[in-house]
Amino acid sequence: MAKKQLVRVKVNGHERQAEVEPRLLLVHFIREVLGLRGTHVGCDTSHCGACTVVLDGKTVKSCTMFAPQADGCELLTVEGLMRNGTLHPLQEGFKEEHGLQCGFCTPGMLMSSYVLLQKNKKPTEEDIRWGISGNLCRCTGYQNIVKAVLYAAAKMEGGAK
Amino acid sequence: MIPPAFEYLRPSTIPEAVALLQQYGEDAKILSGGQSLIPMMKLRLARPAYLIDINRIAGLSYIKEEDGHLKIGGLTREAELEESPIVHAKFPILIDTEHVIADPQVRNLATVAGNLAHGDPANDHPATMLSLGAKVVATGSKGQRVIPIEEFFLSVFTTALQPDEIVTEIRIPLPPPRSGGAYFKLERKVGDFATAAVAAQVTVDSNGTCQQVGIGLTNVGPTPLKARNAEAFLRGKKLDEATIHQAAQLAADEAQPSSDLRGPAEYKKGLVKELAVRALTRAVERVGK
Repeated sequence: MAKKQLVRVKVNGHERQAEVEPRLLLVHFIREVLGLRGTHVGCDTSHCGACTVVLDGKTVKSCTMFAPQADGCELLTVEGLMRNGTLHPLQEGFKEEHGLQCGFCTPGMLMSSYVLLQKNKKPTEEDIRWGISGNLCRCTGYQNIVKAVLYAAAKMEGGAK
Repeated sequence: MIPPAFEYLRPSTIPEAVALLQQYGEDAKILSGGQSLIPMMKLRLARPAYLIDINRIAGLSYIKEEDGHLKIGGLTREAELEESPIVHAKFPILIDTEHVIADPQVRNLATVAGNLAHGDPANDHPATMLSLGAKVVATGSKGQRVIPIEEFFLSVFTTALQPDEIVTEIRIPLPPPRSGGAYFKLERKVGDFATAAVAAQVTVDSNGTCQQVGIGLTNVGPTPLKARNAEAFLRGKKLDEATIHQAAQLAADEAQPSSDLRGPAEYKKGLVKELAVRALTRAVERVGK
């Protein structure tokens, strides 16, 4: 059996560590070792983006990375969006604008949208569609997801966090 | 999908990485962005016993102008190229290419060097680099060597890299004045491999006569292809509509597509012609811009 690797991460502000088999995918590390099950395994083939998390400020598909590669990195998952019991404006936007139906793609959509809004405070509809082009949704037709992100952008621009 | 077990190695310098490649030979693979390798391991199409993760090697990630070349480090991510002001100013063809490689999350990890070293004729950078006359810098146990891109792709998934070599830099000659380039790809959806794609880079003189031209074809042969006949035809000619159409036909004749789920071979040849017309036309429009 392969030599286990120590993986130390700061996830949603908390330091965590574990020794894992090198072949453990980051998404399984997050869900099964760290116990954070908000990040979904969707297609498991790097296409759908349901497993998207933020690694050192950039979105990555956690099904296409080994856990040891994240050693020493900072991770943000969907569980880290809420602050002090209040939904993040993006989460509020998805609720208000009906940005989800089955909800399976939503954690990935939220993480891609989160990084998009960090880089671009006033995105156009096209910017948003480009920003979420690595995330598939089979329910909404994307229309309400775009509206939800616009809602969040407007709210954040208005002085919220 | 669970990939086969492997030993994980994380060298912190290039000599260390090369020494590990020498030690483990064909049983080892370099893990760079991992966006082609990891899916292949999950499908068990690749089962390296040792993965050498080069992501922590310092000084391998850069984009700079030096000695008349654009130099791209071996660990430079696709997303970094996409956001680079130098690339935007001088290589619109590379921006076209970035926009059709996979999707934003994949581009955050995937490296330009990996896109070449993987040797997949369906990847996008090979055609672009063929059109630009790039050079691949490989570092191995015998030191460094520079491989012209037209000698780099040997067959499907096989490149000129030796088992102990790592791509440490890509060098692209800076285009002379009055140059332009473009990359046109047909894909079924975001992130898909090309049904076919064409890269074209041209340089003209003050009369609009073609001085230099490079044309690369994606996913229409066992390797990425350089459309040499089309290039030879264009040199010394004015790049008007009729000439571009004739050259595009030559490029289509040079394509060697196979019929697959993306379409029959005949359709793909027709597609190469149309994409070549579009790429050359856009390249000419961009001259001097």
